[in-house]
Amino acid sequence: MSSFTKAGDEKPALPESEPDLAVSRRSFLKGSGLALSVPLVAGNIRTVKAAGQDVKVHGPNKVSITLDINGKKQAATVEPRVTLLDTLRNDLDTTGAKRVCDRGTCGACSVLMDGKLVYACSVLALEAQGKKIQTVESLAQNGQLSPVQQAIVDNDGQQCGFCTPGFTMACTALLNKYPDPTDEQMRLGLGGNLCRCGTYVGLREAVKQVAAQKKGGRR
Amino acid sequence: MAEYKWPEAEKRKYIGKRISRVDGPLKVSGKAKYAYDINRPGMLHGKILHSPYANAKIVSIDTSAAEKMPGVRVVKLVQGPGTTVQWAGDEIAIAVAADEQTATDAIRAIKVEYERLPHVVNDEKLEAVPAANKRTTQEFVQGEPDKAFAEADVTVEGYYGNAIITHCCLESHGQVVEWTDANNVLIHPSTQAVSSISNDLAKALEIPAGNVELKMDFIGGGFGSKFQIDRWGTECGKVSKMAEGKPIKIMLERDAELTIAGSRPSIYAKVKVGAKKDGTLVAWQSEGWGTGGVAGMGAPPLPYMLRTASGIPNIKANFSSVSTNTAPSRAWRAPIHPQVAVITMGALEDLAAALKMDPIEFLKKNINLFAPRAEIYSQELDKAMELSNWKANWRPRGAGAPGSTKTVKRGLGVSMHTWGGGGHASNCDVTIHPDGSVDLKSGTQDLGVGTITVLNIVVAETMGLPMEAVKIFIGSNRYPASGSSGGSTTIGGISGSSRRGAVDALNQLFAKVAPTLGVKPEELEAVDGKIRVIASPSKSMTWKEACAKLGSQPITVRGVNRAGDRELSSSGVGGVQIADVSVDTETGIVKMNNFYAVQDCGLVMDLKTAESQVFGAMIMGVTYSLYEERIMDNNTGRVLNPNMEFYKLAGAMDIGNMKVHMMTGKGYDERGPVGLGEPPTNSPGAAISNAVANAIGVRVPTVPLTPDKVLAALAGKKGGQSNAKI
Repeated sequence: MSSFTKAGDEKPALPESEPDLAVSRRSFLKGSGLALSVPLVAGNIRTVKAAGQDVKVHGPNKVSITLDINGKKQAATVEPRVTLLDTLRNDLDTTGAKRVCDRGTCGACSVLMDGKLVYACSVLALEAQGKKIQTVESLAQNGQLSPVQQAIVDNDGQQCGFCTPGFTMACTALLNKYPDPTDEQMRLGLGGNLCRCGTYVGLREAVKQVAAQKKGGRR
Repeated sequence: MAEYKWPEAEKRKYIGKRISRVDGPLKVSGKAKYAYDINRPGMLHGKILHSPYANAKIVSIDTSAAEKMPGVRVVKLVQGPGTTVQWAGDEIAIAVAADEQTATDAIRAIKVEYERLPHVVNDEKLEAVPAANKRTTQEFVQGEPDKAFAEADVTVEGYYGNAIITHCCLESHGQVVEWTDANNVLIHPSTQAVSSISNDLAKALEIPAGNVELKMDFIGGGFGSKFQIDRWGTECGKVSKMAEGKPIKIMLERDAELTIAGSRPSIYAKVKVGAKKDGTLVAWQSEGWGTGGVAGMGAPPLPYMLRTASGIPNIKANFSSVSTNTAPSRAWRAPIHPQVAVITMGALEDLAAALKMDPIEFLKKNINLFAPRAEIYSQELDKAMELSNWKANWRPRGAGAPGSTKTVKRGLGVSMHTWGGGGHASNCDVTIHPDGSVDLKSGTQDLGVGTITVLNIVVAETMGLPMEAVKIFIGSNRYPASGSSGGSTTIGGISGSSRRGAVDALNQLFAKVAPTLGVKPEELEAVDGKIRVIASPSKSMTWKEACAKLGSQPITVRGVNRAGDRELSSSGVGGVQIADVSVDTETGIVKMNNFYAVQDCGLVMDLKTAESQVFGAMIMGVTYSLYEERIMDNNTGRVLNPNMEFYKLAGAMDIGNMKVHMMTGKGYDERGPVGLGEPPTNSPGAAISNAVANAIGVRVPTVPLTPDKVLAALAGKKGGQSNAKI
């Protein structure tokens, strides 16, 4: 479809490059696949003195950032207030992490950040720079489901599937930390995620299946 | 020759076995795309401005500031000045911008002046509701209730009820709509009605129905709330046109989802029940009320399951509908059944306690009143008693089941339920390709119940092929129309259409290959990837060889299941559930120990996903019994908890241990598949409420059984004192 514009779309020019982020406008546009009609007001990072220190101030308009998503460097241009979740979903078309409560309650947006489980709705995209982000899309290797993914399929720990990516990441993080979790560890490990269809029985069995496999046997 | 009727148990390869859902790998790997995940080239985002008031006239709207904001593409009024909005959250305007943040800023910049009007948002205290908001919707009489109560040996009066809950779909309502040219529209919705809502969109956009293409691969929860195109859907199409056809995504924010996108009506009732000394139930009287929002609600059937000619002989049941300034209710998984189960099965349990009878003994004493499913219930009660070790664990009310301590009391409770679940009208096209591949196309949807998996099972079973040899395509209005997924009608409907389509296609293939095998088509069968002669199985050809006989033209056959068709599926199921809880009498917190479900759904198509449906219903049941409630603020007229920290869902470790037993075999299988989504949702509230009453010796009148209500009941305070008076 052709691009439609109107007066309101005219924006201040985008700076040619962001030296400190090492992403040129050209490479950003190439990498992001964004249409030129999307208003771009990127690149206003200022340095101010605060308590005698140089402090970088981002925004309030869009700034160019680079994120390490599933081992790939990806560029985006977002307002400083935009979350990692919205950047993944809206700017990078990585939609495994879901937006449900959007305020750190339901866990549907769970991803690993430097190996630690976080709610992507509660991390700003700017804060995620320089961190290794792993989403549910990274778990299967060469078309082979991870043991956690396979166990969730085997035990039908999913129905509509909207909470499933979040639970898959939560189960993965739980089992990374506790290969054979106690009930209490499972309570804490799965307690940050919610499901509406009611798939908890299958999910608990899935965790037990992986734990049993890690111990060298199947339950 | 292949026949429509379902294969006998010993011949079933997939039907009734534990088959993993075939779309499972896509879901666990984040590859399943929902409407919320659709990103179209050049897509814009729309945000909705909602009314902050529950009853107000719109005096003026000023959108000029919003329109001037950089990046804003469209600002459109949904309801203009002069309109009266009747619930908080009603849609006022939409702003469209290149990104969500800008669209959100734009709706904040819209200035609306309202003239506020008085509102009513709560209905539990019926006496506080103005007369104008109440109307009688039911005055039912059967037999001679007054005389029967006068003659009853034991009479119990009580108050029971259900707060309003919401659907709380994890994928909120919404869609992406675009105009692919001046006359054609493409919509990616989140809907339970793939084959029908495109027609409503076409009507609203004033284009022919065939000009709307609808695509939906996955849906993130519906539970009865996603049958309509909804105003945000039609408005999305209108603003897309205003933006010169650009794709526009509008998904409700969580607060709107919990405020306007669907709720389950409240139902409360003051009940009197009477019995003979031996436990024979003789009379029922109820004064009920409830609200489904502005339109009020209809007339729920009280007493549940027993208001039939063969039910309780003497009944007086009145009902008042209350109109409130809240968003209209929507069908909620088993409409009305869970609420009337809480009221009916609660009153019966209180009566059994007054009679000093074991409630299961009491139900069995009266089992013939539950015709036509008396026999199914009897078998299920026995099975549930066995699973729960009822005889060893149940104790009379207030005595404390084994494991009780001075402060923590354990109790067991039982409930029974029914549902229809006959298959809906469904069409599908089954194609056998000359290369041996097989596919099925149907305009149905998979809400997570296993629609795709069951279609795959039926076709593979019918053709004697491995599951992987069959491809299933659903979720498009360009496929043969199939019914909406509501009322547990999907599995019955799609099983019938796919079976017929697969059988007819196979018979056409038999006709093609019969001459080669030197027999008549009716002498052939398809087993284990081969077409073979029934009388001499060694005379066979592989499926691939057989299909090669088709030349270049595939076989495509339309499979049809008509509404009300009872040849391959039927309607009407029974279920029994037993809850085992512990109640902390110091904190009022109720914990699930064990929860057992025994469920009938006729012929089980996939045991694994069938059990998942029942587990899911039980977990949803724990949630509505103990945690979730839409709380309305009388002062502001708004929902106080439109978020997921205060609108509480049970978590993975809040549900105790659960066991499901599906009834199968004689008396079940021959009825064909019957829908399963709704029925097991009906009993949890009653079973859990009864278990709590059994544990603490007093009825907590309304669900959810939150700690405050439990403590109030224990203290004999108002709201907890009205029950179990003889």
